[in-house]
This record gives sequence, C-alpha cells and structure tokens, in this order.
Amino acid sequence: MAVVTRVNGPLVEVDGMAGASMFELVDAGGVPGEIVALKGAHATVQAYEYTGGLAPGRPVERMGVPLSARLGPHLLGGIFDGLLRPLDGAGVWLDPRAARTREGRTWRFTPLAEPGQTIAPGTPVGTVEGAGAVPYLVLAPGGTVSSIRPPGAYPADAPVATVGGHRVTMVWHWPVRRALPHRERLGEQVPLITGQRVVDLLLPVRKGGTVAVPGGFGTGKTVLLQQIAKWCDADVVVYIGCGERGNEMADVVAALAELTDPRTGGRLSERTVVIANTSNMPMMAREASVYTGITVAEHFRDMGYDAVVIADSTSRWAEARREFASRGGALPAEEGYPADLASALAAFYERAGRVTTLGGRTGSVTIIGAVSPPGGDLTEPVTTHTQRFVRTLWSLERDLAYARHYPAVSWAGSFSRDGDALARWHARHGRDGWSATRARVASLLGEADRLAALAELVGTGTLPARERVILLGGRLLREGFLQQSSLSPVDAYCSPGRTAALAVRVLETIDECLALTERGVPVGEIEERDFSPVLRAKEAP
Amino acid sequence: MSLIELEYTDVAELRGPLAVVRGVSGVGWDEFAVIRPASGGVRHGLVLEADRDLAVVQVLEGTAGMAPGGSRVTFTGSPLRVPVGPGWLGRVCGGRGQPLDGGPAVSGTLTAPVNGLALNPTRRMPPAEPVLTGVSAIDLLTTLVRGQKIALFSSAGLPHLELAAQIAAQAHAAGEPFSVVFAAMGLTHADAAAVRDTLETRSAAGELVLLLNLADDPVIERLLTPRIALTVAEHLAFSMGRHVLVVMADMTSYCEALREVSAVRGEIPARRAYPGYLYSDLACLYERCGRVRGLPGSLTLLPVLTMPAGDVTHPVPDLTGYITEGQIVLSPEIPGYPPIDPLASLSRLMRGGVGAGRTRPEHMDLAAQLLAALARARQAGELAELVGASALSLADRRYLDFAAAFTRELADQRGDETRSLEETFRRAWCVVSVLPRRELTMLGREALDAGYRPAGAGGEGQPSADGEEP
Repeated sequence: MAVVTRVNGPLVEVDGMAGASMFELVDAGGVPGEIVALKGAHATVQAYEYTGGLAPGRPVERMGVPLSARLGPHLLGGIFDGLLRPLDGAGVWLDPRAARTREGRTWRFTPLAEPGQTIAPGTPVGTVEGAGAVPYLVLAPGGTVSSIRPPGAYPADAPVATVGGHRVTMVWHWPVRRALPHRERLGEQVPLITGQRVVDLLLPVRKGGTVAVPGGFGTGKTVLLQQIAKWCDADVVVYIGCGERGNEMADVVAALAELTDPRTGGRLSERTVVIANTSNMPMMAREASVYTGITVAEHFRDMGYDAVVIADSTSRWAEARREFASRGGALPAEEGYPADLASALAAFYERAGRVTTLGGRTGSVTIIGAVSPPGGDLTEPVTTHTQRFVRTLWSLERDLAYARHYPAVSWAGSFSRDGDALARWHARHGRDGWSATRARVASLLGEADRLAALAELVGTGTLPARERVILLGGRLLREGFLQQSSLSPVDAYCSPGRTAALAVRVLETIDECLALTERGVPVGEIEERDFSPVLRAKEAP
Repeated sequence: MSLIELEYTDVAELRGPLAVVRGVSGVGWDEFAVIRPASGGVRHGLVLEADRDLAVVQVLEGTAGMAPGGSRVTFTGSPLRVPVGPGWLGRVCGGRGQPLDGGPAVSGTLTAPVNGLALNPTRRMPPAEPVLTGVSAIDLLTTLVRGQKIALFSSAGLPHLELAAQIAAQAHAAGEPFSVVFAAMGLTHADAAAVRDTLETRSAAGELVLLLNLADDPVIERLLTPRIALTVAEHLAFSMGRHVLVVMADMTSYCEALREVSAVRGEIPARRAYPGYLYSDLACLYERCGRVRGLPGSLTLLPVLTMPAGDVTHPVPDLTGYITEGQIVLSPEIPGYPPIDPLASLSRLMRGGVGAGRTRPEHMDLAAQLLAALARARQAGELAELVGASALSLADRRYLDFAAAFTRELADQRGDETRSLEETFRRAWCVVSVLPRRELTMLGREALDAGYRPAGAGGEGQPSADGEEP
C-alpha cells in the first residue's frame, strides 16, 4: 500500500507507488497532488492544498489520470482556482478539506450535424446557448455521426451525440501540460487592438502573438493588463491571477461585471474566464494555474475564436517552481531557479499562435505575461529568458510611474517585432498614414529624450530654438498622446482611428511651433502658450 | 487532540532553533508541540518537517539550555489555534500572546487556527471608504482604504515608528466601531515604551490589542506574533463587524527570523540568503486583510519595515511592495515631519476610498495634480542644482515656489496633530494656487472655479480660453 513517508510544506514523499506514472494525480491523506518525480516505487508529489496535519504513514490513493482541465460551457463568466475548480460556489473561507460543489444545471443544446454525416476531428456537432458572450461549440472527434440529440436542455456531462463510436458530451477533459492539437500555424498578421494608444501605435501585438510586460512594483502593470482584459478585441479573455493580490482579483471581477462589451452589448465578464490563484492560496496550484489557463484558451481557439491569455504574474509561477525544486533538493541554476526555467518558459509561450484548427476554423491564442522582476532588476533570469521568447515587450519604467505617466510603458526600452507588418495591415484597412505617424512619433520621442539628457547638462536655456521646440514636442506627445487614463470613461479605450487622429493633432501642433520659430517668434513665448486644448483633446468625447 | 497524549523523550539533535525528535508516529506537518526541557519551564514549537519517524521542531523560545536527553515533547495533533474574541481588546501581551499587563491569560470560547484560511477571492469586496489618519500627506495623497494593505517603507534613523504610532492613535472610520491591533517584532524597549505611550488613550478605551516581541525576546517567537495578531484581528473584523487596523512593525525583523530558520535547515537560499518562499510567506500574512461581501467589518493592514541601507530593492521591501497595495515611503531627503516622499508613495486602491460621498469630489484629480506638479518641481530642482536657478525658465521657477509651499503648508505636521479632512483640503488648494491656472490641466473646470485661489490679484485666475490654439 502506498503511504506518505515525508512531508515538508507542499512536498510530499510517498512509498509503494510502483506502476505510477509521471504527472499522475494522487490523493495523499485527503490532500490532492501530482507526481513530479519517480524513483522505483518512491514518488515525489507536489501537493495542491495546505498539508498541515498530514503525517507520515497516511495512505495515498492513485487517481490514474494526469492533471486535467474540465472544459465546458460553464467556463465563460466563471471564476476558478488554479485547478479549474469553481470558486463561485465555495464558502467565504477556502477550507482545504471541503469539497468544491459542481454546478448541477442544464444547458440548451442545438445540434449542428445530422446522423449519418461524416465529420473531421474538431468539427462542432452542436452549439450551446447562454454559455457566455460567444456561442459555445460542442466539438467532436472525427468519424460518422451515429446519433445526435434533438434540441433541448441537457446536463453538461450527458451524452449529446455519438461520433465514430465516441460518446460526445458538452464537456471535454484535457491534460493541462499538453497543448491541444491544431492543423497548422498561419502566417498572416492581424493586430490585436488593445485600445491603448502607446501599444496600438508604437508597440503593437498581433493575434496569436506573445507579449511580456516586465515592471517593478508600483509601475502600473496590473492596471495595464486589466485595461487590456477590458478593451482588447478578443472573443475570449482568460485572466490568470497567478500568485497576485486578492483585492485585485475582486476588483477586476467587479469591473468586468459592470462594463458593457461594446461589440456584443453584453457584460464583459461574459467573455472572460477568471482563474484566481491569489498569493495566499496554495503555491503549487499556482504552478498549475498557467497551464490550466492556456488550456482553456486553446479550447476556445479550437472553436474558431480569438482568445487572449493574461497571466499576472509569470514570475510567481517561476518562483513556485523554484521553491518546489529547492525543497526537493534539486541543484539550482541562476538565482536558485531550476535549470529548466528557460525551456519551461519557452514551451509556455510557444502555446500561443494563430492557427487553422483541426476542424478547419481560424482561431488564435495570444499570451500576455506579466513579469515581476525583483528589485526592478531587468537582468534577473525570468525577465531575461522571457525576453528571448516573446515577439513584443512592454517594459514599464519606474520613473514614468513616479511622474504618474500611465501607462508607464517605456518607448525606448520596449520592442515589437511585428510593428511594420501590422502597420501594413492598418494601411490595408483605410489608415494610410499609420506607418508615417508611427515613425514620426517614435523619432520625435527619441530626439526629445536625447535633448532632455543634453539639457540636464547644459540647461534648457542654452539650447537653440528648434531643439527647445522638440523638447516641448516631446512633452506634448507624452501628455497629450501617450498618457491615457484608465479611469476616464472617454479615454480608457481609444479606437485606432482616434489614436491616429490624436497623434496627428499633436504632430500638427509641433509643426506649427516649429514654423513659428522659423518666423522668428521667441521660443520662450512659444513655450508659454496655452497648450491645454491639445492636451485635453483625448478627454473630449 | 487525541485522548492519550504521547510523550516523546528522544530529542536526537539540537541545532539553532531546531530540535529533531526521533521515534515519533503520526505526527503531522505544521503541528503544534509543547516541550518540557529537563532544565524546567515549558517551551513551544511547530513541526517544520515530518520525515518517517523524525519530526523537525522549530522551538519558538529557542533551544538555549536544552539538552538532547531529558527533554519531553508532546504534540497537540493539529496546527496551532489561539482563542479569539473581544477579550483581547485593551490587553498588552507578548509575542506569543502571553499577558504582559498583569492580567489573566486571554481566553475565549472560540479558537481559530493561527495560519488562517485563504479568503475566497470571489467573496472579497473591493476595498472602499477611507480610513482617515489625520495626517495630511497620507489622507490627501496616499489615502488608506478599508480592507487595503499598504506598507510603510523607512530607513534607519527615520521616525517611522512615531508615524505608525500616530496613525494607530488617530485613525478612525468616520464613527463606525474601530480597533487597532499593533504587533511589534524586534522593537527596542525604548521604542516599545514610546509606542505604548502614544497609544495609551486608545488602549484605555478598549480599542487596542498590543502584542510585543522585543529585541531581546526569542527571535523565533517573532514568526508567530503577526499570525496571532491577524487571527485576532480577523475575528474582530469579520465576526464582530469592527473596522480593524493592524500595524506590524518591524517586518524586516520578522523576515530575518525566517531567514535564520531557513539557514539552519540548510535550504537553498534565494536573494540575500532569504528563503525562496519569502514571497509566499509574506503573502500569507498580508493577504489576510480585506472586506467580505455580506459582512460589515474590514481589516486594513499597515506593515512597517526598515529598508537595510535604504535599499528599496532589498528582498524585504521589494517583495512587500509586490504584495501590498501601495506604499508610504519615508526618505531622509524630505525635510520636516513626517518625511514622506510623495512621489515614491502610492495608494493603489485610493480611487475606491475617495471622491464624492467619501472625502471630496475633486480628491483624485487634486492629488494627481499635486503629484504631477511635484514631479515637475523635482526635475526643475535637479536642473537648478546643475545650472543655477537663474538659468531656469519662468515656468520652472514657479514650480520651485510650488514645492516650497507644499512642504510648508501641507506636508509638515506635528506628531500629535490631527488634521481634519477640511483643513487638509483647504491647505491643498492654497498650495496648488501658487501655480498659474493654465498649468492645472488635471483639474476640472468646476473644481478650479470652486477651489482655485491665487494669492493676491495676480490675474492668473481667468478660465482657460478655448479658442487659444498655438
């Protein structure tokens, strides 16, 4: 019989596990866990709940399956823990020993296939109404449809069709550490419109792309991610609160429930799946939460939707891996992190992509991962490795945040490897000047930064008039264009058309000032002008 | 607890604060232990690791004077629980909750586990409504919100304990029942006496629980002090419906105790030899604040910590900053008392706590305007140091005047001075009015019409013209 031999926090060692396989789920004296190492009949288990009171000698039961996500129509609009167990029905205090209730409701099913029809794998055999902002598609393995239920209300686990000899229900179980398969990756680049000016114009991200958002504490990382969760033009948003604050989760849930989705007219919460594994919840469930989150996103991708995964924060995930490795006595690599940190990060970001699904639809998973570098040190392992694997980097700068310049995305320290390709997409969609505006804004900001450094040495007064106007222009761009208030009902979301118009307006103002200096108007006079109309233009409805 | 209490006598090893007990059976991780050394007395411990028949026990009072033979150890069969209830109010206790005020041991009909249970994030209510401290720089710029955790970052030699005690003494929730739990970890006797002095009125009113682990008290006991404080506070807040402010000072001492245990256990160290789980450990303390849907009380948390060598990137302030919802930073560069650096300080949840119906309608905008202007003034000040004030533009010189007025009229305050919100706002408008009206782009027209009061009749107060395009 399998018994516990050693307990050290979330690390549980078990004897008598001959025949068990890696990543198999176990029940160790009432505590759920996953096998992460095997040596003969001796297994190392990472426990997903508090192990207080668990003693050597307690029996261990094997579950025979790996950690899997239960994917179904209950996901959209729901709030789950790191193992995708619903939190809505749980009590005020999360008692590790209390069972989490499962919803017993039924769902309205409408068949899309006929008996006798032969379908490819990943083809929907029906839809479910009222399961969130987008129709939930019941996907089936390939084969001949031998039976299908008529329209009606069924429990999620009840069979609604038989395809190729398989019973098909509205629920799909998938091991979270394996990517859901797709047919092929697509090359065409389509932007993910975030409604944030600095991002959409200067540092865009494509659907199926990857973004890392490093920033020390207090740089507004979470606010920026929440803005994107609210306003980006995805069909489904999976928001993973991975080892972050409970109050923030409460805040994002409350905000999403209040806001209206401008595209569907429903609540934004109806297109969102929230996975809340706050920092005081069990650490190893935090490790699992990024995998459950991405599996959920892939599931909606397979229905032909554009899904966005927002993981806040991947550093907490890496730290959970580090702590566990340390308790298990693994040799540390950089800063105590296990040696597989880089490959684990690469594998995670590689699950993003815009693909043709098995069923022939087009869907995408975009990953936006926050990174919380200790001490704001961007040379630490999680930040440096993540930068290697992402297409876009939004680096948040403490100096900007201190000056209350939000979003505090550094235009100099960030990059987007898809900027030019996405500018071509904008040109094809009626925004001819996009590329030129983008280039001009970037070059003016760069020049203003260079001159500001110079002015610190020699004083603004000694600079020539044109240079002083460029400095002024840098300020106008920062205050009138880059800064965007997440609290303002008008400015929180900025459409691409409005983004371009605001940028052009500031650029025109700068050109007027340059023209004035050429006509001999003293630069001091220009600097004293009232620029509040152009600075307040973003607030005008 | 089992009916027959097994007593183990085979203490095989003593190492730092750890005792390894051999031959145990059925002893679980994190269980509470009672140790009776041959030298007499009673000590207490927690199981850090259960490995077959070995239990590694962390002895809260330290192992000094213990010998491997002759010590008797019993295990209580479950993680530690403490009594909770109103019996704690008005009491002064030690770091393990033992009375220091001559009264009987605190008892209660209810007990709760000191580690607490995680609050279901879906049952949390976003923090709202302010906790007013009577300190202008905090109430106006970094407002404490009920249910929030906000850290006080300081360096050696700065008056952070004075400020923490002042906040603990003055804070209130606009007439609703309010209590303070003050957990002291590693404080000197002189500091503790000063804190007790400042809080005397509050204690006498039965609104204060004071837990004192002093600098010469057992180091490992410090690991328990904040947990007892939070367990008591949770009950006062969520079962008794009070608004509770928990002050924990000094968290750096707490983390050093954690590091000491980790080092003795030979764990792989992370940054500056602190254990890799420091973040999670701190989060399990700090995350116990909040508000719960359907329950009246709130738990607000103010951890105080000294940054070694003033280094904000040190693991303790850094990880704290990642967990707390903002920070109040004291800086030696700031003149006067309290030396709060307004630009480095931030209350992330402020917008839920201020505004119309809570403080004043223009609160958020006025705070943002003050901070933006201070940031500009700081740049101008740096420039002036390099090139001389005379080389500054007229606009920059105005910002320097503004910064001086900010310190003089608003930030500077006596240690025993409680400022009402009205007084704080009156002073704040006075300060922004040093700047020309056209510079105040973050304030709405209505707020400016009502509050903008330039000194003298300088003619700067005209409304900004709409048609004036450059």
